[in-house]
Amino acid sequence: MAQAQLPLDTPLSLPEHPKAWKWYDYFTFNVDHKVIGIQYLVTAFIFYLIGGLMAVAMRTELATADSDFLDPNLYNAFLTNHGTIMIFLWVVPAAIGGFGNYLVPLMIGARDMAFPRLNALAFWLNPPAGALLLASFLFGGAQAGWTSYPPLSTITATTAQSMWILAIVLVGTSSILGSVNFIVTIWKMKVPSMRWNQLPLFCWAMLATSLLALVSTPVLAAGLILLLFDINFGTSFYKPDAGGNVVIYQHLFWFYSHPAVYLMILPIFGIMSEVIPVHARKPIFGYQAIAYSSLAICCVGLFVWVHHMFTSGTPPWMRMFFTISTLIVAVPTGVKIFSWVATLWGGKIRLNSAMLFAIGLLSMFVLGGLSGVTLGTAPVDIHVHDTYYVVAHFHYVLFGGSVFGLYAGIYHWFPKMTGRLLDERLGILHFVLTFIGTNLTFLPMHELGLKGMPRRVAMYDPQFEPVNLICTIGAFVLAFSIIPFLINIIWSWNRGKVAGDNPWGGLSLEWATSSPPPIENWEVLPVVTKGPYDYGIERRQESTDEDRDEEE
Amino acid sequence: MQGTVESQGTAIAVDHAHEHPDFRVLGLLVFLISESLMFGGLFAAYLLLRGMNEQWPPEGTEVELLVPTINTLILISSSFVIHYGDVAIKKDDVRGMRKWYWLTAAMGAVFLGGQVYEYLTLGYGLRTNVFANCFYVMTGFHGLHVFIGILLILGVIWRSRRPGHYSAHRHTGVTMAEIYWHFVDVIWIILFTLLYILTRF
Repeated sequence: MAQAQLPLDTPLSLPEHPKAWKWYDYFTFNVDHKVIGIQYLVTAFIFYLIGGLMAVAMRTELATADSDFLDPNLYNAFLTNHGTIMIFLWVVPAAIGGFGNYLVPLMIGARDMAFPRLNALAFWLNPPAGALLLASFLFGGAQAGWTSYPPLSTITATTAQSMWILAIVLVGTSSILGSVNFIVTIWKMKVPSMRWNQLPLFCWAMLATSLLALVSTPVLAAGLILLLFDINFGTSFYKPDAGGNVVIYQHLFWFYSHPAVYLMILPIFGIMSEVIPVHARKPIFGYQAIAYSSLAICCVGLFVWVHHMFTSGTPPWMRMFFTISTLIVAVPTGVKIFSWVATLWGGKIRLNSAMLFAIGLLSMFVLGGLSGVTLGTAPVDIHVHDTYYVVAHFHYVLFGGSVFGLYAGIYHWFPKMTGRLLDERLGILHFVLTFIGTNLTFLPMHELGLKGMPRRVAMYDPQFEPVNLICTIGAFVLAFSIIPFLINIIWSWNRGKVAGDNPWGGLSLEWATSSPPPIENWEVLPVVTKGPYDYGIERRQESTDEDRDEEE
Repeated sequence: MQGTVESQGTAIAVDHAHEHPDFRVLGLLVFLISESLMFGGLFAAYLLLRGMNEQWPPEGTEVELLVPTINTLILISSSFVIHYGDVAIKKDDVRGMRKWYWLTAAMGAVFLGGQVYEYLTLGYGLRTNVFANCFYVMTGFHGLHVFIGILLILGVIWRSRRPGHYSAHRHTGVTMAEIYWHFVDVIWIILFTLLYILTRF
């Protein structure tokens, strides 16, 4: 390796750190990974609120069969931007950029990420991307859905569509730069005393996520560049009448966008693997199985994209191959689910907000995963393709999965980030409202889909009206569930109960520093002598640990 | 302080200097995996389009071979030239490094000039047909990377004015420019095979 020749005494010149960050430091090009993590989380949450309001507007339109609450073009623009914002500006940046940046260096005992300035650059690509998306409404808003299939995307609101493409390329660049940073950080910057099998599972998940983002994101960029040329420069890559082919776009798009599903859920799996053992007060069941299943999902996830294209005229052998590979992804996912359930089994469970969201995630994700298995098999997929069944499935996975996981992570690590505890009563209220809202909104959609209600339409057959009304009520419950959460965050950040360094008694390294951590993370670098999940087995282990240390 | 937290079991405290290790070369290598997949996406689209069109390239849009072959030879030789620069800096020979890097930048510029000449004389443009679309987008995208590579090399030359900025022990920037240049070269070899040689058969 080339850098092995470099002497280690050539530090990079980074700006000197002050003693503590002021509030305005969070609005600057700050290179501290903790500041960047919080910048990501807060920015992403603002976009979540914006995307959520779009969803509420759409559900209001759908409350009755022929409502004219939204103009059809505006409905399409909301539909496109709701999906785009929730995926590219909320879940991915919050899970990877937010929690990843904040936690990974702390968990591996490093002072910062491998490339701090690159890290800040990666974050600052996000706000302009969001601004571009929102500004596209001035030009009619991109209307072709978050998948932006040509030819629709080449004939509707083309300026807005180009802005959409540029926004995605910006967040994609951010994601690639972030991945490079995570891979090198986890690979090279663990404290010397930490062995690979002592790496916290969140870091394993981030490693798998980063590898996946690294290889899949640029392919999307290639596909979008060709689309940009088709829209603006008169080329015909995706125009069948001039020798092009629309299915090529679908291949390039889904080669990224199916793995993007794992980009959104793998970090959440990592959060689950941290939250569950801490609040169940038990060692995690099957550490290696969870770590390797992340890598397995990362690898198999790259070979399943065609299941989005079963109705695009794919040949039968392809349907067969991609049905099987899709079903195989369920295996490592199931391994994780069983490991978490086994960890819960017989644990001294603390049913606080973080744990409630984690258990809520378990139940909902199993449902979403099962409907995913049905969708992954070509025959069922052909029947329910582009119906509300698909909408129900991915909202169970993305809302019941990713968003619940992000909430669990926020309740779990808020004391570390701010030094104060969140209020439990508000937290439980938030959980109950979210859980009811999610199921009320998305469970009936399975029925709508099986009965054939198409997705992406503003008007529909009146026979679907009663069920749609239930979904809309659910959406309003979900919207209101944010209120106790927001109050909780703002109030607790200023006045919450002081948490102390380690309120949950966690064993992974981030709990070994003060809350909030000092700017350099550690006065002295920590030394790992134990696994991150060895709860309740200190006494048994002590003697053997000493033996091992002596041997080494 | 943290090192003594009981529950952590981290009893021993080891102090480290507050230095930041330099992983830039490794970072660049990881980044280039990503870059090659971006080209991979373009190659895949090209091959799919080729498979779907009966005549490839369509009549009237055949590629020229003479200038691109000379161009290819120049670009491949430049990879050796830049390597001599890297060898020079490892012997503390900054002047030698500058000489070889200037030569590489010049060869890169000649390559780009050759590409522009080719564009002007081919007789068809970006919009002519789907082969021409692919041709111009792929070679143009590669040309952009060559341009960035030249900027990196010029940046190294600019920084090397300061005495002692690069030495036998400190040459990360020099090495990174070299690695990037090799990458651009490898991509060109694939591109040249796909767009120029394989269209002849």
